[in-house]
Amino acid sequence: MTMREEIEAAAARYPDRRSAIMPALMIAQKEHGHLPGPVLEDVAEILGVERVWVYELATFYTLFHTEPIGRFHLQLCDNVSCMLCGSEALLKHLETTLGIRKGETTPGGAFTLSTVECLGACEMAPVMQVGDDYYGNLDTARLDALLESFRAVERVARIERAAASAPGE
Amino acid sequence: MFEPVLLRNVDVPDGHLLSTYQAGGGYRALRKALGEYTPDEIVELVKESNLRGRGGAGFPTGMKWSFVPKAAGKPKYLCCNADEGEPGTFKDRIIMERDPHQLIEGLAVSAYAIGAETAYVYIRGEYVKAIRRMEQAIAEAHENGYLGTGILGTNFNFMVHIHRGAGAYICGEETAMLESLEGKRAQPRLKPPFPAVAGLYASPTVINNVETLACVPHIVMRGSAWFRGIGPDRSPGPKLYCLSGQVRKPGLYELPMGISLRELVEEHAGGPLPGRKVKAVIPGGVSAPVIPAGELEVGMDFDSLTAAGSMLGSAGVVVIDDTTCMVKLATRIIEFFHHESCGKCTPCREGLDWAVKVLRRIEAGEGETGDLEQLEMLCKGIFGNTFCALGDGAAMGLRAALKHFREEFVVHIEERRCPFH
Repeated sequence: MTMREEIEAAAARYPDRRSAIMPALMIAQKEHGHLPGPVLEDVAEILGVERVWVYELATFYTLFHTEPIGRFHLQLCDNVSCMLCGSEALLKHLETTLGIRKGETTPGGAFTLSTVECLGACEMAPVMQVGDDYYGNLDTARLDALLESFRAVERVARIERAAASAPGE
Repeated sequence: MFEPVLLRNVDVPDGHLLSTYQAGGGYRALRKALGEYTPDEIVELVKESNLRGRGGAGFPTGMKWSFVPKAAGKPKYLCCNADEGEPGTFKDRIIMERDPHQLIEGLAVSAYAIGAETAYVYIRGEYVKAIRRMEQAIAEAHENGYLGTGILGTNFNFMVHIHRGAGAYICGEETAMLESLEGKRAQPRLKPPFPAVAGLYASPTVINNVETLACVPHIVMRGSAWFRGIGPDRSPGPKLYCLSGQVRKPGLYELPMGISLRELVEEHAGGPLPGRKVKAVIPGGVSAPVIPAGELEVGMDFDSLTAAGSMLGSAGVVVIDDTTCMVKLATRIIEFFHHESCGKCTPCREGLDWAVKVLRRIEAGEGETGDLEQLEMLCKGIFGNTFCALGDGAAMGLRAALKHFREEFVVHIEERRCPFH
């Protein structure tokens, strides 16, 4: 399905097209990685709603990103249960290992490091969300192993990008 | 020994599939409800059961349903609050990931009772796995005639849709959730009108929590007397408790309502980590005032915890041990509420901003004489003066920390340092 078709399918679930702005923004973000102004305008145009309605949701809800974000968005929970189980030390470890502070993205755009409010997985605190997945019961060794696995994915993607841009046989 | 009701399927392999759910007797309650009861009789049954809302407020579910006007006209909506953002809470996620049909059956029976043909399940955006499992389960239920038109050969039509949240704690507040469903910023509405009269799209709407709805099929199958027989009569039923923090066996526990907090922490969750002592416990998510270790005999039900100056809330039980600085804990909690304040009303928006600044300086050893009085003044200014309960939860939590652990705050100010560092 194209982005337009996906958004139309989402809109069919509601009696009012304004309700489909949130699902449309999720669809658009998946397609574009983040939500720059022209994408917000596209969403408004597809749904036939006011542009300001789209803009206000894109800036109110924390899961929408109007600025570019790393390919791996490390979202470490630092709310109470994770804090009690050592999330602060994990944040320091990530900052040192990646050479960035929370809120920043590594040069080249592989990793963005954020702290987030409770992820609702306190039984496996400390916990981090990366993309769609949760990683729990973290310690520094497990974090290092995770980062290595993400870096391996990055290396493969880099080779694939290089191959795709190379002249054909 | 208490036999699990709500969690009976969660450890069954493929518990999320329709075939597994059916093999365990699933969807018999829907068949029974549609075949043997009128909608009003279901409402009465749930009233008799004394089921109270598991989202936090503990409002009687049957009574909430009975507020929906009977008259035809506008469509009626059922909304399921699966936004589960209260720190320390993860029960609804586990139901949706591992036994989604239990929720769907609860939705169908409840929709039949209130006369709704459409339900929206508002699931927080981070819960990607739960969303996928729910979507898969809805599709399976639809293919097999448990959702759709003419359900089980009756004239009952009903469909469930998922609405994915996008990271705003305030959406757990029911009117903010309705705003969000309508495609607006999630800010609470002034009540009245209450959602039962004018909710989603100004139509009569019932909003129930995941765990609340999951109780409904069991009440249909086993009766209201069975349900009322579990735990205290005024606050009965099986209950999910989320154990986390500095405790040996964190996890989700299903036990009767009213079990003592001490038994829950010490016996079921294994007590504190080796060499440590429990210092305090938050019984119902961070909105619930902290309970000091000496007062853990309190029963885990709505009335007992309210009488003890706290609340059952979402039953997110966070255990805090003697290595933890209560000033730091209070600061983190108020930082959370400050971050999640929607900005609509001044006492919450400005009061929490101010409180965070004062708490941070106390924690950093830069507190001043009069800071504790200032925090109390801020709590007084926030509590009871906001559109929704977010501000109240923050103020109650901070007050309890100041009341039970005042000494720690005073030491920070007098010694100009954190004694835990």
